[in-house]
Amino acid sequence: MLLEGKRLVVTGVLTDDSIAWHTARVAQEQGAALVLTGFGRALRLTERSARRLPDPPPVLELDINDPVHMEALASDLGERWGAVDGALHAIAYAPDDALGGNFLTTPPESAGTAFLTSAYSYKTLAVGLHPLLVAAGGGALVTLDFDNRQAWPAYDWMGVAKAALQAVTRYLARDLGADNIRVNAVSAGPLTTMAAKSIPGFSRFRDVWGKRAPLGWDVSDPTPVANMVCVLLSDWAPMTSGEVVHVDGGFHAIAAEGD
Amino acid sequence: MERVEIESKLVDLLVEELGIERDNITMSAKFEEDLEVDSLGVVELLMALEDNFDVKIPDDEAEGITTVGEAVDIVSTKING
Repeated sequence: MLLEGKRLVVTGVLTDDSIAWHTARVAQEQGAALVLTGFGRALRLTERSARRLPDPPPVLELDINDPVHMEALASDLGERWGAVDGALHAIAYAPDDALGGNFLTTPPESAGTAFLTSAYSYKTLAVGLHPLLVAAGGGALVTLDFDNRQAWPAYDWMGVAKAALQAVTRYLARDLGADNIRVNAVSAGPLTTMAAKSIPGFSRFRDVWGKRAPLGWDVSDPTPVANMVCVLLSDWAPMTSGEVVHVDGGFHAIAAEGD
Repeated sequence: MERVEIESKLVDLLVEELGIERDNITMSAKFEEDLEVDSLGVVELLMALEDNFDVKIPDDEAEGITTVGEAVDIVSTKING
């Protein structure tokens, strides 16, 4: 199995539509042991979704912006496993006034919050897990991106934060490579997850996608994205780091839809 | 399952799993306006219904649920056809 014996941390499971939930499902099917993390008010939802996995894993609390939480998570994982082989970072947030057509009027605090929670947090997770990854002899980190090399309708400062997340991926790859830690991002096409439903103008991404992507695109199927995350967490991508892998039906390669 | 049975099971679930005051729950009470259930709470409610009644409620059908009575309706339709 692809992830036999791997000890993985999966953040960002909200419902059983979440990309992170499907990653957890595929990872378990492929032999991984998991710990999930959940945040604040949504923790109960994460726990409920965890019970729907093939083998319900433990759920620990993690507010990525709270150093006490990160320390407690690392300490729990240390006692549980002694080492960690990889993690999925699926954490993002932007205040309402940073999305939905407010780009020119978004206050700096809101743009800052989007950056802190959606981009800087990848560094926080990486540094928090670093000793445990080293203890495993190296490992792999993967984050979920929505490619923002071009501007999107309504995505605004969340888009800026996602562009920053790609840069964070490269700098983490630079600094953690010496410890045999690979750091990558998966840039997914739009999926009808709870996170996506909170993005105003989401339907406009969705409508253009299926038409332009050479392979087509099913907004209700997160499995292709989950599979790629699992590949990057596995030993089958040993020399890939600092990379943004698109799982988008090929959309990013095509400038305009054909006939 | 009888409708009254679904009603009472659903009310228990709202109280025990979502922390809603039993006295505020009526069949015409609206989740968001009357019971102060936010968008996360609505998703939790749907998952709780699915788990407790062993049914599957697709998104497009879930969007039609605004009151407690409507939640009972959809569960009842799913169970009894």
